[in-house]
Amino acid sequence: MTGTLLSIRGLTKAYPGVVANDNVSFDIQEGEVHALLGENGAGKSTLVKMIYGLVKPDSGEMTWRGGAFAPPEPKAARASGVAMVFQHFSLFDALNVAENVALGMENPPSMRDLARRIRRVSEAYGLPLDPNRTVGDLSAGERQRVEIIRCLLQDPKLLIMDEPTSVLTPQEVEILFQTLNKLKSEGTSILYISHKLEEIRTLCDHATILRLGKNVGECVPADTSARDMAELMVGDTLQTPTRTTEKTGDVMLDVSGLSLEPSNPFGTTLKNIHFTVHAGEILGLGGVAGNGQDELLAALSGESTTWPDAVKVKGEDVGHLGPNARRARGILAAPEERLGHAAAPDMSLVENALLTGAMRKGLTQNGFVNWSGSTAFADDIIKAFDVRTPGSDRAARSLSGGNLQKFVIGREVLQDPEVLVVNQPTWGVDAAAAAAIRQALLDLAAKGAAIVVISQDLDELMEISDRFGALNEGRMSDIRPAAGLTIDEIGLMMGGAHGMEVAHIDEGAGA
Amino acid sequence: MDLSAINPVLLIASLMVAATPLLLAAIGELVVERAGVLNLGVEGMMIVGAISGFAISVETGSPMVGLVAAMIGGALLSLLFAFLTQFALANQVASGLALTLFGLGLSALMGQSYVGIKPPTMAKLDIPVISDIPVIGPILFSHDPVLYIGVALCAVVWAVLKYSRVGLVLRAVGENHDAAHALGYNVVRVRVLAILFGGACAGLGGAYISLIRVPQWTEGMTAGIGWIALALVVFASWKPWRVLLGAYLFGGINVLQLNLQAAGIAIPVEYLAMSPYLITILVLVIMSADKSRAPASLGRIFHASG
Repeated sequence: MTGTLLSIRGLTKAYPGVVANDNVSFDIQEGEVHALLGENGAGKSTLVKMIYGLVKPDSGEMTWRGGAFAPPEPKAARASGVAMVFQHFSLFDALNVAENVALGMENPPSMRDLARRIRRVSEAYGLPLDPNRTVGDLSAGERQRVEIIRCLLQDPKLLIMDEPTSVLTPQEVEILFQTLNKLKSEGTSILYISHKLEEIRTLCDHATILRLGKNVGECVPADTSARDMAELMVGDTLQTPTRTTEKTGDVMLDVSGLSLEPSNPFGTTLKNIHFTVHAGEILGLGGVAGNGQDELLAALSGESTTWPDAVKVKGEDVGHLGPNARRARGILAAPEERLGHAAAPDMSLVENALLTGAMRKGLTQNGFVNWSGSTAFADDIIKAFDVRTPGSDRAARSLSGGNLQKFVIGREVLQDPEVLVVNQPTWGVDAAAAAAIRQALLDLAAKGAAIVVISQDLDELMEISDRFGALNEGRMSDIRPAAGLTIDEIGLMMGGAHGMEVAHIDEGAGA
Repeated sequence: MDLSAINPVLLIASLMVAATPLLLAAIGELVVERAGVLNLGVEGMMIVGAISGFAISVETGSPMVGLVAAMIGGALLSLLFAFLTQFALANQVASGLALTLFGLGLSALMGQSYVGIKPPTMAKLDIPVISDIPVIGPILFSHDPVLYIGVALCAVVWAVLKYSRVGLVLRAVGENHDAAHALGYNVVRVRVLAILFGGACAGLGGAYISLIRVPQWTEGMTAGIGWIALALVVFASWKPWRVLLGAYLFGGINVLQLNLQAAGIAIPVEYLAMSPYLITILVLVIMSADKSRAPASLGRIFHASG
């Protein structure tokens, strides 16, 4: 476990209008877990895509065990021993596990042999998986196992993991770390990309920190405090949102016995969900992605209708009403997937503001659009939420993810909702903007709104929620006060380890 | 009315002939759609194949050379579609419709001097003894070679899609082109090859009509078979064997209703003429009520980013 596996010198990659990587250099040693740390948009993904051969650098060079390394395509990188677990899974829903694995291999064996090898490796590394299941039916954690096993079967020298824990429960994270440690003990180097500091402190031997495409520092995570790393990463001191009130009022939202079939074939069925939210309260809902979050948001926003009394607002049955009827009653929602679900990508910000604001802001009269009013509303959102854009006439698509997210949340918050449901409010948003969005939600609650925040980010939920619940396979856990919950308790509420088991360290590498 | 004039053996033999152009075009389009491309230009590629095959076989005197020319003609026209959709990133629906209109016009132009000519005939399979077996002989062993090619193609496409590496990559590209790209597969190359295959199949199907089934050249002689092929692929849930079944069902009812018309049955001709369309779609709709669904990237434009 000595010597340098991969050395990166002065790597630069520019896209029109933005320099994704600017003269980045660092080394990865053999058998080391190396962290690549940075905000969204810091250039981490571009950097690993260059290592994996998906993107060609403009300048700079890489050396692999002393020899020049410039993979023209992923095939070449895989042949050298680089394997990658993608952030947005590169899986095929309609194909089965074995077929998905075969697609990631250069010379796959026959399907029967492959299925056997998948079983063996998955057991050796504590990631049980049935090769014949269709990937679309798997949970997020299981889908990640498919990706990891696909990599392990190629006996990699360097395993790149892009934000692997964002879809896992704390228990699953722990098991994943044991798997990674086992790999490390076998001499595999791991390049671990994350913005979760505590994870990096537990797992990684060395960290390189990127900000705006530049290498701004290196550290040994175990010896550095999370706060120091965060400030290196953000380049500024962090503001923590402050809570002004603790009072709660009447029951605003009452969900009882909500069951719902999903609208898409790979969705999750909601099973008999009960909860209430009081005025001035924030209910945080955690859970691994794909456990019914999207369906719950649809049921609350009116996208999916149910029995009238399954959803009540201030005592009135609204379960059978569509989105506009619910908006009229003060129930607003901001779904995740800002491009496509929360906003129409090719329409301007004014039009997007109009689409959900028309009802409560009175932006249409007798079927005609009040454009000046709509523009004023869009400009208000841009101003109040510090959306960085040249003007409200720009297409939603042209905004960066974080800016559009601020717009989408701001649009609902400024309509003075009485009940607000948001899903992944700060997904892909940089730390400063995320703090602003959380502060806006807290302020809204302080004014007496009832808020449901669905999120994958447990730190976020712990920071802003008064009470916490978790979705697991379409069922709701008990709802408990957020203060004083330990990470273990939260993990169990989220469904524990979802069938993962600890790696059998004594066995040989089964690949 | 004289139903006894209908000979079941001839009926079955001729339904296989009637079904073949549809089968060829549909199996080609199935491969294209499994790769995630929606090519609505099937009708145009068929008619161009029909005239290319007809003209070349008249000029050379060889039906086989004509069939090859038909495949090349269909593939060349589909290359235009491939260029528009895969490189110029044009909308697939609009490009496909344009391809059909262009193909119809082009074929009329090319075919001006071929109206009323008889093409060289293609030899039918004639195995001594076996082809003379009553019933089985005429049904199974005395057709033209292209008919067997059609059925074999269906089997080959099924096996390739299900068991081979190439088929797996093709399905992967049609299912999630971004993921396929991330894994290092050349999405555009796979799709262009699939489009060319679809064009060649459609061209062959068109030439089957002009050289074997009819055989002569008239303008617009494919008469909507390309559109039926498109519908067939969807209602067959993108499964090769169901395409075969649907094609034979359509061919069968078509031949049967023609026989019934000839026998003078007391149902208005219009109802008989629409029956193959109705019944084929009805049967396939009922069959496609299972969990199967379209390739997830079908019709979506792929643009490689970073």
